[in-house]
Amino acid sequence: MASLKDVKMKISGVGKTKQITKAMNMVSSAKLRGAQSRIERFRPYADKFHEMLQDLASKTDSNVHPLLAARPEGKSVGIILVTSDRGLCGGFNVNLISAALKLANQKKAEGKSVKFLCIGRKGRDAIRKLGFDCDQDTTDGLGDFDFTSAARAGEKVIAAFLAEELDEAYLVYAEFVNMARQVPVTLGLLPMSTPKAGERGEAAADSGTTGTVDYIYEPDVGSLLAELLPRYLKVQVYRGLLDTSASEHAARMAAMDNATRNCDDIIKSLTLLYNKTRQATITTELIDIVSGADALK
Amino acid sequence: MASSIQLDIVTPDKAVLSAQVEYVGAPGIEGEFGVLPGHAAMLSALGIGCVNYTENGRKNCAFVSGGFAEINSDKMTILAESAELSVNIDEARAREALKRAEERLKSNAAEVDVDRANAALHRAIARLQVHSSHSALSK
Repeated sequence: MASLKDVKMKISGVGKTKQITKAMNMVSSAKLRGAQSRIERFRPYADKFHEMLQDLASKTDSNVHPLLAARPEGKSVGIILVTSDRGLCGGFNVNLISAALKLANQKKAEGKSVKFLCIGRKGRDAIRKLGFDCDQDTTDGLGDFDFTSAARAGEKVIAAFLAEELDEAYLVYAEFVNMARQVPVTLGLLPMSTPKAGERGEAAADSGTTGTVDYIYEPDVGSLLAELLPRYLKVQVYRGLLDTSASEHAARMAAMDNATRNCDDIIKSLTLLYNKTRQATITTELIDIVSGADALK
Repeated sequence: MASSIQLDIVTPDKAVLSAQVEYVGAPGIEGEFGVLPGHAAMLSALGIGCVNYTENGRKNCAFVSGGFAEINSDKMTILAESAELSVNIDEARAREALKRAEERLKSNAAEVDVDRANAALHRAIARLQVHSSHSALSK
């Protein structure tokens, strides 16, 4: 049986762990709020962008741009995997990585080669360990990203696609559904498909401006589209980054909440053990004294 | 006809400006263009440069790079990869960026991405222009 002192030390140890998990929970909730407001600020841009692209795409023959051309005979696939930099967020990263691996294995089964581009340290480490081809240069952490990080990753993929090093590209990220649900999503990036009229952005739908206005285009529609498409890809990557970061914090909050509750449970049972041990010690001591006194009679 | 235009400048990170203005001058990719109330619907790619606008009779300007402008029924929306109001421009940083870009262009080394350095140079120059015109206006 554990001694009183051992149990006491264990209780205080678990108490300290609880403090840490509680603090991490609070930090994550603050960061989550930041991440959510970033998504909010990004939304007007993304919606407007969507609207513009739709309008342009409806007016051009959609096969004019090389980024739109599908290569069904293509042999190489690129996957952008967005994960968090740090662990302690439950199954968050594992889910993302397994979603990416599922895609990679499926493509391998089709006889295509797979190349990874990882944003976020956790994913990079896992992918490297599994021996996949992983782009060395873009191993930025997810930590402090802005639009330029997304733009860099986007440019890299576009350049590889145009140089025919990649024939398809996918983005794997965690979509932030709500506080309790973060779903790994696989999104096809390249070849691009222009948004269809049915899938309008939320703001676009309620702004009431139907796309029947005759615009003056400067320069012409084709070159505008050529400017917009690469940027649209970056917008998609950026949205993936934002969503993943919000999801990460939400996942960590949930994980730390659980951990705090588990700490409470452990402390409860340890306290029970402590009291039992204490009573047992007292009883043994009493028996000692009583039997000692008895012996003296 | 309305006597003002609703001007919105948005970047991926935030909405930089939302104001009722009387005039907008924007750096179109094929040259500068001006927008007054009642302008025809138009969609244009923007270069790197300065967006001038007149708000309540006061002239003002903002830096934009890599963007698009959409004009539709007295509403003008500028989508830019980056944009800053003239008051928010960090002059020292822009100067430094200018110096860096110049050095990179001068060095002529093989690993220098000339297009990129050129773009950086243009951005820095435009930022400084916006900044100096702001200080001239506020005097």
